[in-house]
Amino acid sequence: MTALTGEQELLGRGAREGGRLFRDWFDELTRAAENREHTAYVFVMGSLCELLRTFDVHTVFPEITSLQTAVRKVSDEYLNLAEDRGFSPDVCGYVKADYALQLRKGAHPMGTIPPPSIAVLTNACNTYFKWAEIWERLYHMPTVTVDVPGTRGLHLQDPSEADLVRDKGYVLHQIEELIAHLERLTGRTFDIDRLREVLHLTNEMARDFRKVLELNRSRPAVFDAMMEGTIYLGVANALRGTPEGAEYFRDLVEEMQYKVDHSLSPLVDQKQEHRLVFVGVPCYPIFRRFYQLFSEWGGIFVSSTYMWFASGGLNYDYEYDLTRPLESLAEGLLLSVRKAGDAMLFHDQALIEAIDRYEADGVVYHPIKSCRTVSTGLADSRRMVLDQRDVLCLYIESDMMDKRVVSEAQLKNRIDAFFEGLESRRIRLGAAAPAAS
Amino acid sequence: MEGKVKMPVSAPDVAGSGDVPRLLEFPLDLPLDEILHECRELTEDAEFPTVRKWRERGGKVLGHFQVYFPEELAHAAGMLPVKFRGAQVDREAADSRFGSYMCSILRTSLELALTGRLEPDLFVTHPICDGARNLAGIWGRNLKSPAQILYLPQNANSAFAATYLTEEYRRVLGDIEEIAGRKVTDADLRRSIGVFNENRRLLRELYAIKRQTPWMLPVHEAYALMAVGGIIPREEHNELLRSVLPRIRTRDARKQDKIRVVFDGGFCEQPPLDLLRAIAEFCYVVDDDLMIGFRWILSDVPTEGDPLGTLATAYLDDSSYSPVQHDLRKPKEKMLLERVRGAGAEAVIVSAAKMCEPGLDEQVAYSEALDEEGIPYFVTEFEERMSSFDHLQIQLETFVENLLFD
Repeated sequence: MTALTGEQELLGRGAREGGRLFRDWFDELTRAAENREHTAYVFVMGSLCELLRTFDVHTVFPEITSLQTAVRKVSDEYLNLAEDRGFSPDVCGYVKADYALQLRKGAHPMGTIPPPSIAVLTNACNTYFKWAEIWERLYHMPTVTVDVPGTRGLHLQDPSEADLVRDKGYVLHQIEELIAHLERLTGRTFDIDRLREVLHLTNEMARDFRKVLELNRSRPAVFDAMMEGTIYLGVANALRGTPEGAEYFRDLVEEMQYKVDHSLSPLVDQKQEHRLVFVGVPCYPIFRRFYQLFSEWGGIFVSSTYMWFASGGLNYDYEYDLTRPLESLAEGLLLSVRKAGDAMLFHDQALIEAIDRYEADGVVYHPIKSCRTVSTGLADSRRMVLDQRDVLCLYIESDMMDKRVVSEAQLKNRIDAFFEGLESRRIRLGAAAPAAS
Repeated sequence: MEGKVKMPVSAPDVAGSGDVPRLLEFPLDLPLDEILHECRELTEDAEFPTVRKWRERGGKVLGHFQVYFPEELAHAAGMLPVKFRGAQVDREAADSRFGSYMCSILRTSLELALTGRLEPDLFVTHPICDGARNLAGIWGRNLKSPAQILYLPQNANSAFAATYLTEEYRRVLGDIEEIAGRKVTDADLRRSIGVFNENRRLLRELYAIKRQTPWMLPVHEAYALMAVGGIIPREEHNELLRSVLPRIRTRDARKQDKIRVVFDGGFCEQPPLDLLRAIAEFCYVVDDDLMIGFRWILSDVPTEGDPLGTLATAYLDDSSYSPVQHDLRKPKEKMLLERVRGAGAEAVIVSAAKMCEPGLDEQVAYSEALDEEGIPYFVTEFEERMSSFDHLQIQLETFVENLLFD
């Protein structure tokens, strides 16, 4: 095998390493299942990984394990099993795939998922509750909710200091209750210095995560926020608060900076780009093809609300204060989960800002059957964006898990028409975007 | 008919005179069947004439989405709390604001506001589901009236939930005061709690009739009597219930050979009255979760102490259940079994509104629990705007016959 040159080694490293780390993570979970080690089921929006790591509890992200069944094209097997047991075709596919996974004793295409010793959830998504109730019934294990009061309204996004203090206090109290649960579960005493170390690693990761997002403002863009972005999200969640995770994003910044410096686009043949913002959750049952439907036209997602809400708040400019780790963990959880909620419920101005900051030509809305949190307001949001910015918007519906509602031909027709509009607009404006060198 | 419901001098009202304007157009000395007919008509009237009348008289309206809102807060400020529960209307304006996989109640509730049929001065939604939470943003983008989310705690098991909720109520009360243009005192709140305590007592009596002598009060009539309370002042609703409940008890109605069922799945989107009427042809609905927010709090809220604190504690610790509240003390399937046993029901109609994720999810747990207990059940879905019930009737008739002739 020929040794990679420096540039070859650097380019695509994020994707390669992301895949390797992800496989390692699944291997670790498989070992945890074999050894019956303590495992927490958590969710991407408010995972509280940092706290769980201080107790050396493994973390399973059922959203990620579920979506992996779709990426690996076996989600229908899991969905069918759950629907055979009474679940409606109209409810969240992640929940159903996970339910079937539990019925299959954790058998997953990437390994074996251990059963939960505890579940930790926030209210960032209401389906989290229904999901956790399934585990309660199956395993009779503790489920601990940390209720995170979100933004109260479109025009109430800047709460008063008094309201903020009150909400922080509520979250902190609940975290203290969670610590008591974890001490009972593991038989260990909470170690605040260990928490400090883990928070420090998350701070490093978050700083670099945000740099990566920022570097995509360059022309040409240096990664696709839907395709590569999903890999980055996987690592950001699974390895949050670990040295490997922090190192991964440090390296990713280096790779992206190199691409910026050398004007390297991820598009094949360095095609002239149409800069797009993605709103929603990707279409995992045909993930690669879904990406190609855009990239073949030179479409690249320069930003994505998915990288906001599914990153557990890493996109939000907050660093844990290591001099008061517990209070800061509560504050960070409140603010990051709130921001994640805003990215789904009240994303109007954030979207407008993203369009401006990333100089986007268009916005692609992809509401999905499975997720009302993300999808409910998108048709309305599109009206607002069209009203405020001179961009083209595409609104396509499918699902993140259920290929029965994914019609590739219909998607292609709509996407092709969208790009024909973008191309004709580019010609009409006589201001073609600068080609990538 | 114009008139006033005589209330204690200090009762809240728009004019501050101590009287609450009467909004019902019919006198309470009408024959019982006519009153029930009027209530049904009013419940189905998508123009909401009572709310319109309130507004015409200068009254302010707090609209709140299902399932539960502490209406005492609005009442104490002299506002009319109105339950947004959708309606059977064409969705001409609202459909373009939503995607395909959404329940109807979200769409029709917005439709009512966009078309001016229901215009609250403040709209409050709740994180009961992912769709309802989104309503605040959609509302805010499309309507001038302010909209906000009341974050009812989803960690009912935290020792700090009541403290948090008390303060959250205080926050919302501040916004209500601003819109109402008046300060609300603890005394105001206690008086309102008293009014609502009486309403809850009367509704418990109504449900007792359903359980004890269901042939006296079919489900669609009971529903209309209750639902009308969401669009008139609660004092007036109390007066209505006080007038009709004794008459229902002595009604000339004969017991028939129908099975006793619990209807579950009406906690948010409401089934059409005709669907309930279709069920009533074959079943006595002896308990249900229709508009459960009316009956969320199970007993009288204390009128001493901090009124916001007592309301918060009652919400958490003395309350019913629904698929949209997570509380480890109240596993839903066990609560359903308790409801079935408490009502002496023989079977359950396990229903859910189409596209209602919490309701549909719960059907699985309910079915398993009922299977384990050997309690027959009938699983179905509905939509508030459905108009054909033939298929459902045939299925239900078959289900009932199987039970009767088993």
